[in-house]
Amino acid sequence: MHFYQIIAEIIFWLLVLITIGGGFLAIGARMLIHSLMGLSITFLGVAGLYIYLGSFFISLLQVLIYGGAICIVLVFGIMVGYTPRQIVETRIRGENLLLAVPTCGLAVALLYFAIRRTGWVPAAQRLADYSIERVGHTLLYDFCLGFELISLLLLVGMIGAIIVVNSQEEESGGQ
Amino acid sequence: MGSDSLNTYLLVAGFLLVAGVYGMVQKRSFIGMLIAVELILNGAGLNFMAFNKFLAPDPAVGQVITLIVMGIAAAEAALGVSFILAVYKKFRTIDPGRIFTLKG
Repeated sequence: MHFYQIIAEIIFWLLVLITIGGGFLAIGARMLIHSLMGLSITFLGVAGLYIYLGSFFISLLQVLIYGGAICIVLVFGIMVGYTPRQIVETRIRGENLLLAVPTCGLAVALLYFAIRRTGWVPAAQRLADYSIERVGHTLLYDFCLGFELISLLLLVGMIGAIIVVNSQEEESGGQ
Repeated sequence: MGSDSLNTYLLVAGFLLVAGVYGMVQKRSFIGMLIAVELILNGAGLNFMAFNKFLAPDPAVGQVITLIVMGIAAAEAALGVSFILAVYKKFRTIDPGRIFTLKG
């Protein structure tokens, strides 16, 4: 194995470690802001994995949309909606934890065996074109309906968010 | 197992899925549940990109679907946070177990 390949493998496993560690922090942290920090670490790890999967473009968008926009929105939600005493999570009761952890471990084990036993068959003819031009062409020609529906969904989501928050303010102001 | 094996990516995505489901059950606040949902969506995107690299005939399709998943996740996060703020203003609590106005 070539020297650069060894370095690439080491960086790959570091990224996997970052992703999994961030996931553990996101679900296990006691304070919500720490949990959010774990989530953003997971986002960055997955962005690195996307580079190994051949798409630099999707990796950039992962950092931009997930690591940028969604994390900012969630930080905003934590800052505005919660008083400092409520930011700390109340822990789940002991008996539920005893049920939940083995169940999730079993789910991971079952997924592992299912993945190992499946013989994946690649498509007979495969293109190797990862360029942004090709992605844009596919998005705007073959997946035009999905593209339009996403824009409609984002518009409805924006207007809906404004209406939901504003109507509550009017009600509480009138009381 | 390595960066050129499909199974590695599928296992990481499976871990993200299970972690998200666990977080949705275990978290006692709405923002925590939203964070868990983002983990699940990330696992789905990673799965699409992995199959796109190793099996699919056209590598542009998986990237496009991952983009669409990202757009849905962004809309979902914005709407979710606005709902959380509205619920918090009305009920003054973050505990999903204590919001039971519609309970019969």
